[in-house]
Amino acid sequence: MTTRMFGQKIKRREDPRLVTGNGRYLDDLANGSVAAAFVRSPHAHADIVDIDVTGAIDVEGVIAVWTHEDLPGQAADRLPMLIPHPSIVAPHTGFALAPDHVNFVGEPIVMVIARDRYIAEDAAGRIEIDYEFLDPIVGVEQSREGQRVVHAGMDDNVAAHYVQEVGDVDAGLDRAPHTLDLDLEFERSACMPMEGKGVIAAWNREDESLQVHSSTQTSTGLRAALAARLEIPLTRVEVITPDVGGAFGVKINHPWPEELAVACAARALGTTVKWTEDRREHFISSAHERAQTQNVKVGFDDDGRILSLDVKFWHDNGAYIPYGVIVPLNTSTHVMGPYNIANYRVEYWSLYTNTVMVTPYRGAGRAHAVFMMERTVDAIADELGMDRTQVRLNNFVREFPHPMGVTMQDGAEGCLDSGDFVTSLDKLKALVGWDEFEACRDQARAEGRKVGLGIGCYVESTGAGPYEGGHIEVESSGRVNVWTGLTTHGQAHATVFAQIVADALGVPIDTVHVATGDTRKLPYSVGTWGSRGAVMAGNALHLTAQKVKAKALKIVGESLEADPEDLEIVDGIISVKGDPSAAMPLAAVSVLSNPLRYAFDESAKAATQFAKESTAEEPSVKPGEQPGLEEQEFFSPLRSTVANGMHAAIVETDPETADITIRRYCVVHDCGPMINPMVVEGQVHGGVAQGVGGALYERMAYDTDGQLLNASFMDFLMPFASEIPHVETDHLETPSPLNPLGIKGAGEAGTIPTATTIASAIEDAEGFPIRAMPLDPSTLWELRNKHEAGEVPGLKSRGLDSAVSAPPSIAGHQ
Amino acid sequence: MKPSPLRIHRPKTIENTLELLAAHASDGKIIAGGQSLVPVLNMRLAAPENLIDITAVDGLDGLTVEGQEITVGALVSHRRLERDPDVASANPILGEALRHVAHPAIRNRGTTVGSIAHADPNGEMPMILALTGGCVKVRSLKGTRTLTADELNVGPLETSLEPEELITEAIFPALQPGQRAGFDELARRSGDYGLAGVGLIMSTDNTDAAASVDAADPPGSGAAGKIATITGLKAGFVSVTDTPDIIELDHIVSGTPVDRVDTIVDAVASAIKDFIDPDGDIHATADYRRHLTGVIAGRLLKRLSRQNSTRGASALSGGQRAATCKEKESR
Repeated sequence: MTTRMFGQKIKRREDPRLVTGNGRYLDDLANGSVAAAFVRSPHAHADIVDIDVTGAIDVEGVIAVWTHEDLPGQAADRLPMLIPHPSIVAPHTGFALAPDHVNFVGEPIVMVIARDRYIAEDAAGRIEIDYEFLDPIVGVEQSREGQRVVHAGMDDNVAAHYVQEVGDVDAGLDRAPHTLDLDLEFERSACMPMEGKGVIAAWNREDESLQVHSSTQTSTGLRAALAARLEIPLTRVEVITPDVGGAFGVKINHPWPEELAVACAARALGTTVKWTEDRREHFISSAHERAQTQNVKVGFDDDGRILSLDVKFWHDNGAYIPYGVIVPLNTSTHVMGPYNIANYRVEYWSLYTNTVMVTPYRGAGRAHAVFMMERTVDAIADELGMDRTQVRLNNFVREFPHPMGVTMQDGAEGCLDSGDFVTSLDKLKALVGWDEFEACRDQARAEGRKVGLGIGCYVESTGAGPYEGGHIEVESSGRVNVWTGLTTHGQAHATVFAQIVADALGVPIDTVHVATGDTRKLPYSVGTWGSRGAVMAGNALHLTAQKVKAKALKIVGESLEADPEDLEIVDGIISVKGDPSAAMPLAAVSVLSNPLRYAFDESAKAATQFAKESTAEEPSVKPGEQPGLEEQEFFSPLRSTVANGMHAAIVETDPETADITIRRYCVVHDCGPMINPMVVEGQVHGGVAQGVGGALYERMAYDTDGQLLNASFMDFLMPFASEIPHVETDHLETPSPLNPLGIKGAGEAGTIPTATTIASAIEDAEGFPIRAMPLDPSTLWELRNKHEAGEVPGLKSRGLDSAVSAPPSIAGHQ
Repeated sequence: MKPSPLRIHRPKTIENTLELLAAHASDGKIIAGGQSLVPVLNMRLAAPENLIDITAVDGLDGLTVEGQEITVGALVSHRRLERDPDVASANPILGEALRHVAHPAIRNRGTTVGSIAHADPNGEMPMILALTGGCVKVRSLKGTRTLTADELNVGPLETSLEPEELITEAIFPALQPGQRAGFDELARRSGDYGLAGVGLIMSTDNTDAAASVDAADPPGSGAAGKIATITGLKAGFVSVTDTPDIIELDHIVSGTPVDRVDTIVDAVASAIKDFIDPDGDIHATADYRRHLTGVIAGRLLKRLSRQNSTRGASALSGGQRAATCKEKESR
């Protein structure tokens, strides 16, 4: 029997090509094509009075200069509102090129097409635009006040307002013996993939078709959007996703203004046009995430059991909401986490501001939810003087499935389908040494050092529908070609999908070749986001491979006059079980599956019309069958499957400099059976790295004029490898009942609880509450000063012990 | 993020370089490692029409340690200076500071002289030049002159160099017998500009050039077991002053035995906090930077006092103090 590939820690098959510099990313393609550059608004809020492009037209090498009035037909309309939701009260989206008004610094106004990007930028610099300035609205507070509005015609800045309630929250709060009220803040960050966005549009004049390459998370979505906006038949548009240097959510929105404008220009000029986003453009005109102001009211009993939870939050969605309210909606549906809470109410306001829009970033609103819940659980533990893990134990859901009572982003009711939170917590406590930590703290204190232990638990709805598909073809050489429509941007799709297909089909993994994100082969797909790739395409390919196998067994059964039930495939050879003498390689089956007139090689000869006996009663291809060993199948789940995990961190805070160092970081993760544990760990490590960025380093520093002050990697502090701790992992594999493979998503897991886990650890080290993240040394030092001045109260359970009293020491600082 | 149109010149000789500089004084820029200039060009924060690439010029890549001087040619990379064993012996503070200059990949390309010419108050090496009492040699078609750090640095990102002048080398004096030097900073991320940084040179009466450096020796003890006495202290700063200003703290520290340094730490930190003038920005408040500078200075002072004698002077013969940096203009 062949070794089962599922569950093997095999190395990523895509890496030799990628790490030797042989990847083909967007900017590696179509060299020599003409280039687009964009003139973007330098102002956060203004009316456009006049655009003078004269200076640009005179520049040698300029081919076209477009403003809004050059956009044809529906391409000139507002960009689509991709995901409608009942909570949206005032949908606003931007234009491919702003006609008369700008709402954030970075909004595109003019497109310049030139012989190369250098010339395009030279020309863009000569375009003069007159503005009538309007006061910008920056940040939740100003937007919430609503004294000025981002979008003319609105009475306030509320894009969406939503309330969901389970049970009776007011009654629950009334009868609770203890209540707490927490105000919390979560800052802006962004995905910041190594490769920014980019698009190449090639117009073919002969057949009037458009071929687009885009660094996107959804080639099928972009294809449909471009066909609609360019008003050309869908069949004349193809979208191909080349290697993508990371995405993390920011490339799921579509069409981006540049994708639409560049496609229009390619058609108008009858040529190939390329636009590659530069880093500054990515900072000021792609998308950000995370900024929320939050309030939590909680009622609980003497054992810390949560009786009622009342959550309100104000979400800064930036200037537009083309991707709807997925981020605040996910926040609102993930607060309860792994806890059994009978009475829960969440109310959110999604608010317009004159800043870059907010769309999902790895975790997509869930990190915010977990921050609220876990800061609250820690506060309950402090209020009652209980161990923080005991409060969690007292609240865990213990029976599955556990309906949550709230409607999720896929329109279905949320339901914890599987998990074992008690075991996960046991594993985490063992991994980090939870019960021995007080001794570590005492020893550190004796050395004049401050250390703290933190914890964060979360659940994540993953693998949302509606569907994904697989397409598998076995060539007459035995090569197995696998396609799925979703895109790849760093995930190990070429590895893990090959593992699944190798098992289901019974072939050596080396014969399996995976391709993704090309609408020419599989035009039906949703995209790669929300930890859904493995769950959705993995199961679709599992089903597709089973279908191919069934067909192969049927063909062999007819050829060997055996019942297909008595056949098996091992290492690509089909044989009668228990009789290896009656066998046929899958390559031969592929030959037989396609009756031929022409013998183009030796193996094809076997399939030609005179190679076998004539059976006049049946045609070569029977009714209801298709030639070729090739099948397509789709998977569509009832609802999202919910993965979960728990993180713990030990941090050290310098008693004098307030510098924060993560000493240990531990993760226990449950995404069901792991297709490839090495890949899962890689996903967790990368996720934690981005979580650490959001916890200690990254924020978008907007000034009151709406200027982003840190729009470069010099001042936006994305952590380096040197800032990321070693991540220790342990796993639990509770299978999901919602799909054939029993798997749950893993892509976003590492990021979701990191900020709250580190906040929990800093709080534990410092002895006063941490209610806003990210936190840097300067801010922590200011907090200490306020704590010493009595403005920030200490943790109750610490008493006098919590003050910053440790003597400064030089030990451990060199 | 593409630069404006520009012409690149690639001279082979210093003379040719100086001619090009003279010809393009108003719209020319020298480029060597390009680690600061290229981002500035790509972001179009500067748009010189001529770039004079000096990487092919003969005679600018010298690195010598002779007498009491470390002479660093204009093409010497940070990395080469950082890893040179003779430099480490003559004055270990250079290597110690250089390890905080960005990342190895950047140090491989970036030049120390280029960093000094850039005069960024966040840069480590302009301060080290000032703290060590170093100078630069400057050439133009009009002649040669020598500028002390103080004469060179005019303001943030501003020097007294004329547009047609080229720094051909920087000269860092070696540590003197009895001196100890150290540098430390706190940056948000490894390789970032420091939120605050401090360099210290402490002088002591323990001028025994043969004193060994042995971490196993009891703290504070000299080679012969004699406790050294501090005779002087000067400090320079990164990111908390507009120019590389140096403060002399001899009056606070003189006469204190190194094992009694605890008694002066607060006074030193306090004098330093009064001297510096940090700004707040998105990474840290001015108050925090001031506090941090005091903490770093105090810790560094304690570290130097525990350090056994000097690393620098032992590798060099005694004798005359380096004279180059005291020369005045010879234009």
